[in-house]
Amino acid sequence: MDDFAGAFSAAFRLIATLDPGLAEIVGLSLRVSLVAVGLAALVGLPLGAALALLRFPGRRALTVAMNALMGMPPVVVGLIVYLLLSRAGPLGVLGLLFTPTAMIAAQFLLVVPIVAALARQVAEDLWAEYEEQLRSLGCAPGRAIPTLLWDGRFSLITAVLAGFGRASAEVGAVMIVGGNIDHVTRVMTTAIALETARGDLALALGLGVILMVLSLVINGAAFVLGETARAGAR
Amino acid sequence: MTLRIYCLAVAAILALTQPQGGQAAERYITVASTTSTEASGLFRHLLPEFTKQSGIEVRVVAVGTGQALKLARSCDADVLFVHHKPSEERFVAEGFGVARHDVMYNDFVVVGPEADPAGIRGEADVAKALTAVAAAKAPFASRGDDSGTHKKERSLWTAAAIDVAAASGTWYRETGAGMGATLNTAAAMGAYALADRGTWLAFRNKAGMAVLSEGDRRLFNPYGVILVSEAKCPYTKSAPGQAFVDWLIAPAGQQAIAAFKLGGQQLFFPNAAAGGSRSRFISPLEGATPLA
Repeated sequence: MDDFAGAFSAAFRLIATLDPGLAEIVGLSLRVSLVAVGLAALVGLPLGAALALLRFPGRRALTVAMNALMGMPPVVVGLIVYLLLSRAGPLGVLGLLFTPTAMIAAQFLLVVPIVAALARQVAEDLWAEYEEQLRSLGCAPGRAIPTLLWDGRFSLITAVLAGFGRASAEVGAVMIVGGNIDHVTRVMTTAIALETARGDLALALGLGVILMVLSLVINGAAFVLGETARAGAR
Repeated sequence: MTLRIYCLAVAAILALTQPQGGQAAERYITVASTTSTEASGLFRHLLPEFTKQSGIEVRVVAVGTGQALKLARSCDADVLFVHHKPSEERFVAEGFGVARHDVMYNDFVVVGPEADPAGIRGEADVAKALTAVAAAKAPFASRGDDSGTHKKERSLWTAAAIDVAAASGTWYRETGAGMGATLNTAAAMGAYALADRGTWLAFRNKAGMAVLSEGDRRLFNPYGVILVSEAKCPYTKSAPGQAFVDWLIAPAGQQAIAAFKLGGQQLFFPNAAAGGSRSRFISPLEGATPLA
């Protein structure tokens, strides 16, 4: 029980003193995960909508594969990105291993299937509703993709938030490709892993509390923005 | 129109990828090292001093010795700082390393529950201590991750003539994790474990565990530092890497290592001057009351 009480006092102390080390770690966590999720949304949303609307051979197989990839273990993604970016690997010349860019690449790969699979479901439901109307206006399925994504934007926010949750919470991939280097690639989750390894369970849990508070703030902000926009759209 | 917005969004997010300002030092090296040096806090003490004196930033990737050697073999590190001399010498012999230098040492200890079900408290012969653990079938938490500590532990079981592979999953439990994680596991299940003294002293979750067997000369734990060879790995930053190696084994670095203390206790003992010829194992606790 001491650890639980200690966790909250550690979290409070870190926030109250505006610990510079903590600010750096939180800043990097947010930068890496937001960029990864932003790029994943730009790729995943149109990809998911295309899977829902377009008819092409292998569409079902691709849909199943996309759904299955949602369950890909972060550590496997990390390993794949590591092998690609290692000096001994095909992209070794870029020298990107153990940099935030490598972490963004790994999280991007983790998040794209989630965003795409959830977006496909949303687009499919909307398409069922609006197909006749859009076709009567002479809009082909391919042209309807931006329209449907815009129309389903409030539901799609949830898909993107699910992706952000996955990105900010995972430790396996960023640990391997980032290396948990102090001041360079140390993020919230890898710092928690390090403090656990040092046996400082209260501090580790305290960092966990801060991570959850951050997630709460981001989700709360998205919810409020969505509600306001929805009310305005009516 | 839609396409243009899309391209703008991509560009905006990619712009975020670049770090703002030139905060990171241009000159940096990557050091593959062990969890014990990181978890004990040694690097947090050493690196700022080196960076201040040389202007070179040191980025440490702390993994097990086995994984650190693999990282260096794939040319993903400039300097290797680990603790398993036979592997280090093979690394140099195969041409991956320029040369191996002694840096420092400490020792391993056998830790376990205060209740000590196998009765090894104060046993100075580590092979006898392990034999007693095996005979009592008392739980033993092994790293099981091919780290330097794990390699040492396996050699000690061999010295005790005990086949732990046969007992794996019963009383012998391989965690496949770092030193700290293994100590957390051992504390939770009342198991014995082999730990390096540095990590043990820095470890905060000792929960009813204590050092039970120490002082055997087979528990000697020397650390070596190796510059990765440019011949095998053309990307190696040889000049700053060599500067780091030179600093570690020079009086400045050696004194910085000796000055690192936790709770008044010195964790690592510099020995670069001895040139590796030190034949007698000096226990860090020599002169002090054992098991105090």
